Amino acid sequence: MTTTFPSTSPPPVAQTGAIAWVRKNLFSSWFNTLLTVLIVAILSGMALDFSQWALTEAKWDVIPKNMGLFFTGRYPAAQRWRMWTLFGMMVVISGMTWGILAHAATRLFSRRIVIGFAIGAIATMLLPIHPRNHVILLSFLVLLAAGAWCGRWLTQTAPKVSQWWPAGWVLAYVLSLWLLAGGFGLKPVSSNDWGGFVLTVFMAVSSIVLCFPAGVLLALGRRSDLPIVRWLCTAFIEVVRGVPLIAWLFFGKFIFPDFLPVGSPTPNNLIRAIFVLAMFSAAYLAENVRGGLQAIPRGQTEASQALGLNPFLTTALIVLPQALKISIPAIVGQFISLFQDTTLLYLVDVQELLSMANTVLANPLFLGRRGEVYLFIGIIYWVSCYAMSVGSRRLERALSAEYRPVAIAGAEVQQREVGGT
Amino acid sequence: MRKWGLMLAAATLSVAALSACSPAPTDTGTAASPGASPAGGAAATSPSRLDTIKSRGKLICGVEGTIPGFSFVDSEGKYSGLDVDICRAVAAAIFDVSDPATIDDKIEYRNLDSTARFPALASGEVDMLSRNTTWTISRSAPGGNNFAFAPTTFYDGQGMLVKKSLNASKLEDLAGKSICVETGTTTELNLADQMRKAGVQYNEVKFQDSDGVYAALAEGRCDAATSDRSQLAARRTTLPNPDDYVLMDVVMSKEPLGPLTVNNDARLFQIIEWVTYGLMQAEEFEITQANVDQVLSSTQDPAVKRFLGAEGDLGTQLGVTNDFMVNVIKVVGNYGEIYDRNVGANSTLKLDRGLNNLWTKGGLMYSPPFR
Repeated sequence: MTTTFPSTSPPPVAQTGAIAWVRKNLFSSWFNTLLTVLIVAILSGMALDFSQWALTEAKWDVIPKNMGLFFTGRYPAAQRWRMWTLFGMMVVISGMTWGILAHAATRLFSRRIVIGFAIGAIATMLLPIHPRNHVILLSFLVLLAAGAWCGRWLTQTAPKVSQWWPAGWVLAYVLSLWLLAGGFGLKPVSSNDWGGFVLTVFMAVSSIVLCFPAGVLLALGRRSDLPIVRWLCTAFIEVVRGVPLIAWLFFGKFIFPDFLPVGSPTPNNLIRAIFVLAMFSAAYLAENVRGGLQAIPRGQTEASQALGLNPFLTTALIVLPQALKISIPAIVGQFISLFQDTTLLYLVDVQELLSMANTVLANPLFLGRRGEVYLFIGIIYWVSCYAMSVGSRRLERALSAEYRPVAIAGAEVQQREVGGT
Repeated sequence: MRKWGLMLAAATLSVAALSACSPAPTDTGTAASPGASPAGGAAATSPSRLDTIKSRGKLICGVEGTIPGFSFVDSEGKYSGLDVDICRAVAAAIFDVSDPATIDDKIEYRNLDSTARFPALASGEVDMLSRNTTWTISRSAPGGNNFAFAPTTFYDGQGMLVKKSLNASKLEDLAGKSICVETGTTTELNLADQMRKAGVQYNEVKFQDSDGVYAALAEGRCDAATSDRSQLAARRTTLPNPDDYVLMDVVMSKEPLGPLTVNNDARLFQIIEWVTYGLMQAEEFEITQANVDQVLSSTQDPAVKRFLGAEGDLGTQLGVTNDFMVNVIKVVGNYGEIYDRNVGANSTLKLDRGLNNLWTKGGLMYSPPFR
């Protein structure tokens, strides 16, 4: 009887851990190894050059010395507390919205979010600003957390009340206008003195507020059965989309006043710019919403008609809510690009963030500090756009929770995209 | 300008659609009455933008906003620069203000780039320009831009900043090289003229603003940059290696820079004109921001008394208060003070007075008599 066993191979080498990951993803073949080495060499060379510039050549004092200019422009220094109040109000209402939307989450302050807060606090402390402003910014972080907690608590105790959170934003917008412009007890500040990041945000938000209803109406008009309405809306969308934004801005600035009756007052520069931005975005938004409208199955309309709803109610209660939910990612993309488009306003004498950067560069004390200044405002734009993008994803999740098919369809698409890369 | 014509045509076509599909926002303007002019003493009572300025309570002054030493916003959020001080001087005369701390309440500054400035002035968007604008015939002729230029506040000339390594001493040495230039300026046109005259082929690299020009020069995208010599001298000091660049000894053009307003508005124009002259005259009389009160109370010179409004009615004839020059000097000082503070000895730019000195000291600053 034989006592030999069939030879056994050793257990396979563990395919997990960092080394295995690196080997699998970066060095799987000689070609991939070559690519990895090459790209790492280029990237580290660039990083080295950059850090050498940032640490030795760059003169960063231009940033803290002009912090007020970057954020509030020529807003009178004695009234800057109003801008802080405005910022604080926005923080509280953002926190509450977050709390309300995330009420279903098991834990509001998950580990990731706590880490996020910690990073935010550290970044705040590293900012080269007055110590007093450190305190204010840190207290705003606390306000954000407190707002979120309040929002969640409100939803759990009084869900009826918390459903009105969009109204809170409308109220906040009105209050912001009051804080910016003054009047009713505050010292009036001419819109000519508004500037910097505050103006950038104001222009973007006002345009978004105006372009959303206009875009939805245009989308509905384009699908209307009434030929005149359809033609007009199609013509508007196509004409607006066919001309570059900068040309429209120049039109609003220089040519539009010629259409007004002689001697009549020309509307404020900011109002004209907001109107142009809003109408331009509305045309694009209309196409996004139209995409959403077309994705709603015909059966939805037919079913609501069978229930006896008239065309207006069918649109308002059945079709539009579903269409808008589908279009949220595209609409937010449009809003982000609108926010970035505000930089073009510096060409029509709106003193937004980019314009302030340029005027700082013209100060004889800071001549030639382009790298430092443009990098700084680039970071501001990135943070703002990234925040919008994160916010929109949360909104999307919160809104689609009650409407499974869309959520699942969206998830499938996402999965397919990930698999494809 | 042709570009605008095309756009206007396109816009006119589209405006029908635009106004049909969206609510017209501001069609509620009432028919204005520009002829309503106040009973203004001895001053002419023809309709003028001056009335609009006074009823508005603010002078709208177009500046460049990004020229070191001439117009920019400082870290405190206040406009600053030589061009800006001219706006302040005019506002001090129009509104009878003598406090430098509150003069900016009477002024709205508008930043205008070189392509936007003329449409803005012509359309009434701004009352006057004080933004490094060269006085030329086509800009003042009725068939051209039709603007009225006040006296020059800064005599400049076009120069050429080149890399030292080129060893270029005359324009011919720049054959085949790339030259950076700001587009929409007389600089751009002069360069083409001068190079054609010299028979030199070159590559023009155009930029919308001056920052782009010097960034490109520093990055080596062009071998030379051309602009007004004052700007080149100031910007050279900010390049990463200033000693690698030299200001060539050629002066390619005359660039008299000064404030301007629309033509056919004598009442407004004459105030701008005589306030500017007054700044030069004040330097000639050696009246400064610091000593104006003392001079006013102690002087026995009838010319100075007339100038400061202690005698005669020169101011009233112009349509402002008699002591308008006292206000102007209290707010911004005399021309020499403005120059030194913003671009001269007391600034970081340290430009020579050169042609911008008084005529008594070998420069071109010369005011007609105040009498």
